[in-house]
Amino acid sequence: MEKLLSVSFGDPEAKKIQKYEASGGYKMLRKAIAMQPQKIIDEVKASKLRGRGGAGFPAGVKWGFLPKDAETVYLVINADEGEPGTFKDRTLMKWDPHRLVEGAIITCMAIGAHHAYIYIRGELVEEASILETAISEARQRGFLGRSVLGKPFPLEITVHRGAGAYVCGEETALINSLEGRRGMPRLKPPFPAVAGAFMKPTIVNNVETISYVPIILGMGGEAFASLGTEDEGGLRLIAVSGHVERPGVYEVPCGTNLMEIINDVAGGVRGGKALKGVIPGGSSTPVLLPDECDVPFSVSGMGGAESIAEVEVWDGRKFEVMAGRTLRSSPGSGAIIVMDETVDMVHVCARLMHFYAHESCGQCTPCRVGTSWLNRLCHKVDHGEGAPADLEQLALIADGIAGKTICPLGDAAAWPMLGFLTKFRGEFEAKVSGNKKEGA
Amino acid sequence: MEIPTETKNLILKRIAEIQTQYPDAQAACLPALHVAQDHVSYVTDDVLDLVADTLTLPPAFVQGVATFYTMYRKRRVGRYHLQLCTNVSCMLEGAEDLLAGLESHLGIGAGETTPDGMFTLDAVECLAACGTGPVLQINDRYHESMTLEKAVKLLDALKSGRDSSDLPTPNVDPDEIAAGAKAAPPAPDDKDE
Ligand SMILES: Cc1cc2nc3c(=O)[nH]c(=O)nc-3n(C[C@H](O)[C@H](O)[C@H](O)COP(=O)(O)O)c2cc1C
Ligand code: SF4
Ligand code: FES
Repeated sequence: MEKLLSVSFGDPEAKKIQKYEASGGYKMLRKAIAMQPQKIIDEVKASKLRGRGGAGFPAGVKWGFLPKDAETVYLVINADEGEPGTFKDRTLMKWDPHRLVEGAIITCMAIGAHHAYIYIRGELVEEASILETAISEARQRGFLGRSVLGKPFPLEITVHRGAGAYVCGEETALINSLEGRRGMPRLKPPFPAVAGAFMKPTIVNNVETISYVPIILGMGGEAFASLGTEDEGGLRLIAVSGHVERPGVYEVPCGTNLMEIINDVAGGVRGGKALKGVIPGGSSTPVLLPDECDVPFSVSGMGGAESIAEVEVWDGRKFEVMAGRTLRSSPGSGAIIVMDETVDMVHVCARLMHFYAHESCGQCTPCRVGTSWLNRLCHKVDHGEGAPADLEQLALIADGIAGKTICPLGDAAAWPMLGFLTKFRGEFEAKVSGNKKEGA
Repeated sequence: MEIPTETKNLILKRIAEIQTQYPDAQAACLPALHVAQDHVSYVTDDVLDLVADTLTLPPAFVQGVATFYTMYRKRRVGRYHLQLCTNVSCMLEGAEDLLAGLESHLGIGAGETTPDGMFTLDAVECLAACGTGPVLQINDRYHESMTLEKAVKLLDALKSGRDSSDLPTPNVDPDEIAAGAKAAPPAPDDKDE
């Protein structure tokens, strides 16, 4: 299988600048220096590269939202990777830090930013120090500082460590955290591209998104686009965990069939067991049944696939994400969690509800109250102490959170709750059957 | 415990360097707390005051920040802080049994510190290493694909000093903790729910 971004994974030498340069690294930086910034943006637009942090927004389009006359612009790279199941950015930074540094420098030149912050989750002490080393190597080569390879373009990259809070992965919480505050998401608008870090126009992109930029300049936007699907260009990293023979980070074309990823790329379900369910794009995406996995791994492929059942609120009432659009699933952050026939789905769901309750920042009532309530009630059901009425209650609480909060963390709790309840309702019912007492 | 002048000067020097990276003083709040905690072992009142003073921020603001993030320790932890991920991918690989095994091996529950001050055990959320679960973080280092057998070997080696690859939590004196543990039970402040 073709590799672009994952070529150096597993090679301990690759993080040294000599090795990176010897294999063609920083060539695209030299090319970018001679390019008009708009030309770089056009190339990324043509590549149809979508953001790899979870929301899948086209990167080039986002860059185009910056006000044209902005004096100070920041690039903030989201390395807060905390969505359960996701471990691709950590892998990328660990093995190939210069790819990210080169991508950051090129992106800064494209958007006119003279300072980039890499916001890395605090626990990744080793990866933060690998990045620091890479940045200082790049500075010694004259890629950073008062000029970039002689071109008068002052540029600094700072590694900023978070301190343990999943919600800081949300871009506006991340900005507040970068500014030294509690990581509370901000109301949008204004969007970061207009008023972001230090109230200046700011582009927030994921580690993987930025790391593909030098590759796109190298092969050309259109060539990159042609590797993927109609509306989602190129390759992407996926992180496969759970009950497969070969868990790990892999690179596949956008739109690769999910079942092929599980069987061919990750070696299939471990020990010949039967597949029971798949969380396709990180813990926030609705779970899929085995016969729903024969779909392209892409935003349109999974969001609109007829073969994936729509998530219900309760008894046939479809859950609407936005006016008229119902929820199926999403490739999210590319984190595929595979569960075999032995897994207790109610237990998995309860564990996830614990996570969201723990991580809610607490500023919106539906999320603050709702996530804790889901957590308590879901555990009660899991422990066999729930009543049939509790199941409808779970659905109604989730429906009461989704779409009614400042940031998508509320949705991120509601969607898996409704997903598990819709797809594995029988298991929930089995845990409450026989308990006549009324619900919460 | 007041921060010794020498330590204080080290912290202040490092904070001054950090401040050059940001357009305002407040942005250095998180890094400053990291630096201070690294030297003092946990976020004491003195650490809060030092950071607030240095960055000219209200102490309540700094306290608000310090309490928001899980990595700022609000209590003394053992020489080795064991943080086991129990989120879904690790759970599928047996993290729950591993937690129970560690609890019984150490004779403490999650959220507690062994009476000898050596180990604090916590169950934590996803550590971004889900492909090699269960993941046990010991102070700053990740130990992946953990089993109870491997973990017990590791802990024994750390305890006896045979393994020093995991740097101990700074300024932790197990004897002091042991004395404190006898005087008063550890506050269960950081436990979930
Ligand atoms: C609760 C929550 C957590 C998030 N965590 C991350 C994360 O760890 N890394 C990331 O890149 N994006 C994360 N995002 C998405 C960001 O808000 C943002 O969309 C992304 O960083 C933009 O970069 P991209 O367009 O390159 O994907 C999170 C969003 C939410 C709501
Ligand atoms: S949805 Fe939850 S995490 Fe997001 S801002 Fe509201 S309370 Fe905070
Ligand atoms: S679930 Fe344990 S590291 Fe991600």
